[in-house]
Amino acid sequence: MKIPPGVSAGDFADAIKQFEDAVGKEWVFTSDEDVALYRDAYSPFWGEADELVASAAVAPDTVEQVQKVVRIANHYKIPIYPVSTGKDLGYGGSAPTYSGSVVLDLKRMNRILEVNEQNAYALVEPGVSYFDLYRYIQEKGIKLWVDVPDPGWGSPIGNSLDRGGGYLTALYRNHFDSHCGMEVVLANGELMRTGMGAMPGAQTWQQYKSGFGPWIDGMFSQSNFGVVTKMGFWLLPQPDAYLSGTVMVPKHEDLIPMIDILNWLENTNCTTGMPFLGSPLLSRGGPLSAGGPPPDAELTALLAKPIATTLNELDAYAQKKGVGFFSCTLSFYGAAEANAANWEFAKEKFSAIPGAKFVDGQSYKLPLTDEQKGNVNVPLFGIPSLRMFSIGARSEANPTPGNGHIWFAPIIPRTGEAIFEANRVFTDAAKELNLPVPSFSLPTCYWERGFIYLFGFPITHDIEANKRNRAAFDRLVQIAAQHGWGEYRTAPAHQASVMDTYSFNNHALLHFHETVKDAIDPNGILSAGRYGIWPKHLREAKG
Amino acid sequence: MKKLGACLVVALAFFLVATALPAQEAVSRSSAWTTSTTPSQGEPRGYVQYTNDCSMCHGEGVGKPGTLALQAKYKGAVPALLDKRTDLTQALIKQYVRNGISIMPIFRKTEISDADLDAIAAYLTRNNKP
Repeated sequence: MKIPPGVSAGDFADAIKQFEDAVGKEWVFTSDEDVALYRDAYSPFWGEADELVASAAVAPDTVEQVQKVVRIANHYKIPIYPVSTGKDLGYGGSAPTYSGSVVLDLKRMNRILEVNEQNAYALVEPGVSYFDLYRYIQEKGIKLWVDVPDPGWGSPIGNSLDRGGGYLTALYRNHFDSHCGMEVVLANGELMRTGMGAMPGAQTWQQYKSGFGPWIDGMFSQSNFGVVTKMGFWLLPQPDAYLSGTVMVPKHEDLIPMIDILNWLENTNCTTGMPFLGSPLLSRGGPLSAGGPPPDAELTALLAKPIATTLNELDAYAQKKGVGFFSCTLSFYGAAEANAANWEFAKEKFSAIPGAKFVDGQSYKLPLTDEQKGNVNVPLFGIPSLRMFSIGARSEANPTPGNGHIWFAPIIPRTGEAIFEANRVFTDAAKELNLPVPSFSLPTCYWERGFIYLFGFPITHDIEANKRNRAAFDRLVQIAAQHGWGEYRTAPAHQASVMDTYSFNNHALLHFHETVKDAIDPNGILSAGRYGIWPKHLREAKG
Repeated sequence: MKKLGACLVVALAFFLVATALPAQEAVSRSSAWTTSTTPSQGEPRGYVQYTNDCSMCHGEGVGKPGTLALQAKYKGAVPALLDKRTDLTQALIKQYVRNGISIMPIFRKTEISDADLDAIAAYLTRNNKP
């Protein structure tokens, strides 16, 4: 049996016995075989001495059991690491950030406590997955949609606390922003509710977010200040209809006004769903987008050169072939007539760009039929799936798949100018780091006020390759920060290096986090090191 | 060098994800799980657990990474759908669930208990010839 660092074998044995008394012997895992199930399957340290691994795992079923486990851990100063469904692959999975921690596995806490159709919210426990919540709502015939991330096996609580996103209207896409009220077990075992939940018998815990006094919910996201055991989420009432439409602009520099108009349309609520950027021209070049026609000889020759040197020639080619250089697909959720009117209005606005063309997209009266569900990108309709894992899985195009991925994901300004600048910077960086050089990359539009780039790094079981990729990743983090672009979320292997870039005024923000950490978790038992926040005794040990 | 080459190919695929995603609507996706496979009462436990725990990746329809991967691996020599196979052993099924393979992760006992895994393994080997 592994022993957590800084804990005596005797104390650990006593604690394990008490954990067993608290949750039942069958839900305390200490054998090497069982503890190995908590390895991060997508660990960039796979097979190395530095791989982040658990010493044991404890799986409570109730809040009271969580409180007992936390009190025991606090008494013996045992590091513990809560996970919800443990499927945050690419961001640590079910493995701890501080090797040797005991994983507090909350998967058994899988109760859907309430789904309220009248006020459109749900209250759930951490072990509930998006699949679970969707299935519950379907079986009950409740006319509410859940905004789902790409992998549906994740937990609404875990995903929102890690600040993940989805695809529906802006109010719901940011999963942390769409939460309303939480229940937290603190490091001393005390139970706390936030927002209106702090009032005994509150009737609006899931209806009014901030309650009274400081609104502290954000402190429990991307942090290690407490164990969240309940969270409320606002759900989207099933819309009347869905409509999509695509605008295509002819020249590369049209990207700039296209984004400006998109932003205006989105921020005035004309278009409500998540927009998608694309390039009909570059999709002909092969890997940029599936489904485009193959390039002819002329385009192949142009794409063989660095794209920054051929933009004007590509403009001429696009004009000659009548194909758009860039595109933006809008989606509308609402009354069918209103959707159609909003799309017409969007066309009118985009028509300010000379040569803009439009293609009507999918139009559905909701809910979708089973047959229609087979023809759509299901997360856009609040339906969970695992389709994202098709990227990276074995396929005809990828006959030798890796063993997972992590994401380099900087936030950049929501402007066309920033897209061109990011492409210049990341192309140069890719050359410097001997990474494959993307011809041109477009960001995604999860957040309505900032773009996010998603560059995947493969995880392999080749230790040297992982080492090179980790070094390249950290260098990219630095390069992005030099341009004022910060990561929105990252894997444990890089959390400290990313936090290091949020360094305004001599790391004042991190110092604040550490002050809070030391005050509310003086023994430093909760998720040590998560998001770069280390407890005092480990900061001192690290010097 | 072979390993490095393979790694870079994958890196290429991944490094371009940012631009591969926008063609969302061009991709037809169906989900057996989301349409008709919520198990009804009285179904065998192995079928129920397989449906709940495995079919989102290994079921029928476009956009099922497990099915696509097995089609690419075996090219029809054996069925891409796990529940159509007759050559799997229970030990092999358990090995993959508890250790993962390629991008398929490890599944913990709080997700799929030993008893549920026994049932899944029995279901997936139900048609094996003795």
